[in-house]
Amino acid sequence: MRPAESFVLGLRSVMPMLLGVAPFGVIYGVVALQSGIPALAAMAMSSIVFAGSAQFLLAQLVGAGAPLLLTVGAVGLVNLRHALYSASVAPVLAHLPRRWKILLAYLLTDEAYAAAIPHLMAVKPDSPQATQAHWILFGSGFGLWAGWQLATLAGVLLGAQLPSNLGLEFALPLTFIAIVVPMIDSRARLMAALVAAAAAVVLAAMPYKLGLFIAVMAGLVAGVAMPRRVN
Amino acid sequence: MNLWWLMLVCGVITFGIRYSFIAAEGHYQPPTWFRRLLPFVPIAALTAIAAPELALVQGEIILGGGNPRLWAGLVAIIVAALWRNTLLTIGCGFLALFALQRI
Repeated sequence: MRPAESFVLGLRSVMPMLLGVAPFGVIYGVVALQSGIPALAAMAMSSIVFAGSAQFLLAQLVGAGAPLLLTVGAVGLVNLRHALYSASVAPVLAHLPRRWKILLAYLLTDEAYAAAIPHLMAVKPDSPQATQAHWILFGSGFGLWAGWQLATLAGVLLGAQLPSNLGLEFALPLTFIAIVVPMIDSRARLMAALVAAAAAVVLAAMPYKLGLFIAVMAGLVAGVAMPRRVN
Repeated sequence: MNLWWLMLVCGVITFGIRYSFIAAEGHYQPPTWFRRLLPFVPIAALTAIAAPELALVQGEIILGGGNPRLWAGLVAIIVAALWRNTLLTIGCGFLALFALQRI
């Protein structure tokens, strides 16, 4: 695949998620303004931090006048799972120059990772495709970035005038289901999914998305611990 | 001014987390147990993000009636398993949700 084709593949794969992300971006814009953050700073945060749930938290903690150290620590905890995405894509990006690694790390969100990872896993190492695979991640990352900026802008400018109760957020879990279900081709992967799902639901009330991180770790361990089938 | 510094620090932390393993690749030898965890990252992470969206209604676990998103999600899981088509899965999931909300 040529770079342009790979880029478009990534872009196309992230499109359904924009449906679900857009309402979040709009609501973030509204929440940020309500927390007393100026419109320009609220917009800039979407580029500087570029992490949905962390931006919500940051806006709320700023609004509540929380101590700086707590705010910074909370943002770090909320984004902890991204370290796992980083480890997951690192081998695919190993051959790239540093400027590419920096760009793709900046763009490495839940959605960009989700959209690109089935395609990255399908690429065989040392094949000609492997040298172009990063364009897929760039496509999904750029698409999500552009959508997030537009949604934030809409939230900051139009705010509460926009309908936010359409149920479009449901596009996100549906897209994740469409990505994950076809990946489950072994008992170990099924076990990883079941344990992660159960733990995430039970621990959902934990602050700073710690429950989510623990659930992901539990899923990983469950997958590895599952004995391989002996035929 | 304080707000801008705070945003910058949070941006650097977020970027640092995302860059960590990408930057370290080739400079360290990850232990075998760690490498064996990695193939499960997409499944565990995406499932853990999606599951509470289906099973929780305003923070309460509701498995059964009165939770249309759970049943719509199950419809989507079945459609995804049978046809492996993203748009079909999303379409059927939304259709199921709207149908169940009308009941």
